[in-house]
Amino acid sequence: MPDDSVASPSSPEPTKPTPVAATPHPELDHLAHLYRKMALIRRVEEESARAYAEGKVGGFLHLYIGQEAVGVGAIAALRPDDYVITTYRDHGIALAKGMSARSLLAELFGKVTGCSKGLGGSMHMFDKEHHMLGGYGIVGGHIPLAAGVAFASKYRDDGRVTVCFFGEGAVGIGGFHEGVGLAALWKLPIVFVCENNEYAMGTPLSRSMSLEDVSLKALGYGMDRDRFFADDVLEVERRVAEAVKRAREQSTPTLVEVRTYRFRGHSMSDPAKYRTQAELEEHKRRDPLARARTALAGFGEARLAEIDGEVEAEVADALRFAADSEEPTLEVLERTTYKGDFAY
Amino acid sequence: MTRTLRFREALREAMVEEMDRDDRVFLMGEEVGHYQGAYKVSEGLLDRFGAKRVIDTPIAETGFAGVGIGAAMVGLRPIVEFMTWNFSAVAFDQILNNAAKLRQMSGGQLECPIVFRGPNASARQVGSQHSHAMEHFYAHVPGLKVIAPAFPADAKGLLKAAVRDDNPVLVMESETLYGVKGEVPDGEHLVAIGSARVARPGTDVTLAAYSRMTYVALEAAEALAKEGISAEVIDLRSLRPLDEATLLVSVTRTHRLVVVHEGWPYGGVGAEIADRVQRMAFDALDAPILRVGTLDVPMPYSAALEQACIPQPDRVADTVRRMLARGSGR
Repeated sequence: MPDDSVASPSSPEPTKPTPVAATPHPELDHLAHLYRKMALIRRVEEESARAYAEGKVGGFLHLYIGQEAVGVGAIAALRPDDYVITTYRDHGIALAKGMSARSLLAELFGKVTGCSKGLGGSMHMFDKEHHMLGGYGIVGGHIPLAAGVAFASKYRDDGRVTVCFFGEGAVGIGGFHEGVGLAALWKLPIVFVCENNEYAMGTPLSRSMSLEDVSLKALGYGMDRDRFFADDVLEVERRVAEAVKRAREQSTPTLVEVRTYRFRGHSMSDPAKYRTQAELEEHKRRDPLARARTALAGFGEARLAEIDGEVEAEVADALRFAADSEEPTLEVLERTTYKGDFAY
Repeated sequence: MTRTLRFREALREAMVEEMDRDDRVFLMGEEVGHYQGAYKVSEGLLDRFGAKRVIDTPIAETGFAGVGIGAAMVGLRPIVEFMTWNFSAVAFDQILNNAAKLRQMSGGQLECPIVFRGPNASARQVGSQHSHAMEHFYAHVPGLKVIAPAFPADAKGLLKAAVRDDNPVLVMESETLYGVKGEVPDGEHLVAIGSARVARPGTDVTLAAYSRMTYVALEAAEALAKEGISAEVIDLRSLRPLDEATLLVSVTRTHRLVVVHEGWPYGGVGAEIADRVQRMAFDALDAPILRVGTLDVPMPYSAALEQACIPQPDRVADTVRRMLARGSGR
């Protein structure tokens, strides 16, 4: 944990959600839990976009809207002490792994109360306490790191699994091949989750890869593979859980291609003119968040509305917290650059 | 008491002692295990520590540099060997964007206690792609530490300090130094990162050097002594952090500074030292600070041309003579 103290938040954490009444359907309870996480991500991302438009968030902003079922489903298959690492489209993954909306939005707002003290921003969400090992800005650059984290788990025999998320745009770069290749060679306890959202910025997979099936890349490394759509968060959880089980019990890696779609552009500056409105609408009809809500019909509209209300309150609180927090000051820079004396 | 060790044996002893002391320390790289090290630095380590802790890698610098960084960020303490620092160019992104920045971009949450080590700069006629002085690139980067020992005792003491450092430390060795012998103190021997050492005292000019160039500077000083010119040689040992105090004390006494290093003249460690010393000791200087470095071309294969490109004692001594002639009217 950071050895540097940071000003405490000025207002208390939001009150814990009121427990909903017991239900005879634990499966529905579980789906409701995942739905809540997806809804939180959706709403945080919508508010992030709004804050960006208002000039409260700078730099790049890559939204996770449309892909929520991937991160939430995959992380639901993990233990709390398992490791997660991802690319710069990292907000949803961070929230799914347990980062608070406060911590995330304060980071986006560049505040010292943010997860990375306002030094990382949108692309660098880190939460050591929840074993969220960060978002990384160089495509494919974090994949060898993920293999290293899994290497450490095997070295220490700590029983943990690492899940490494990346987009299909990363499979062309060397970091992917070297990281995946070493994980296969050394039989590391890791699951590589390729979030295939069809476009690497504006380039469709058909123009950037000689195969249509990304999971085939596993064959050359003698790895297990899987491939499915992310329409149903429970299906994502179930399928990723199989790979997690292999990693945990047999210490073998798996490449899982999860087919998904981002409803927004690559980043806030991208009007997404490379795809048609009809294509977008088609995917929106398969929105995993809406699908989960429909599947929760038996849960009761009143309780769903209660969840939605909690999410709204949590996001509103986080926005207030982010807006009211202090900006980091210069003295934070040197002590976060080196441990101990600054090396000049 | 001391023992005479070769440079490579001193490095090996440092790794053995640190691996004995701390089971989080492991060695990873190309040919470090079964082959016993491309330059035999890691000879015997596989037998001693086993394949779990002495790990041969495929030829995949991005991959294994990244694996080391990933392992370090969750608490292991890797030593990653590059067969030569030239090959670190394909792992540059890992060192620049991950090792150097993890701590800062995570707001201080994560640390990266890793050592990267291997031979650096010219060897003998290995051509333009295998002769880079990479320390200049890396010393530029905040978040990294860069050390470059010249003597076996410092190689051991600094490498041990590097393994214990909680920051990424890059150790610049030299293929041409691995066989050099020197006295190494018995028992626990640590050298603090960031401390230079006066390798030869003198009064007329300061020669600042590191790694193999320390020997070149010493040879130049010996030649100059025969002409009645007393050169002080400072072995920098550490490039980032840089021991400004030792430099300034020396220059305040000698009033002249020549920096000797391999690597091209555009920017680099010598330019950095020149900037700092002229800012901090301007009134003490009797002459502009000069640099003796590799000529500003890719390294040629031809033995004669290669030697002409690399700083030689003659070129260093000539530089000092020119400097003193210019300042002789004072």
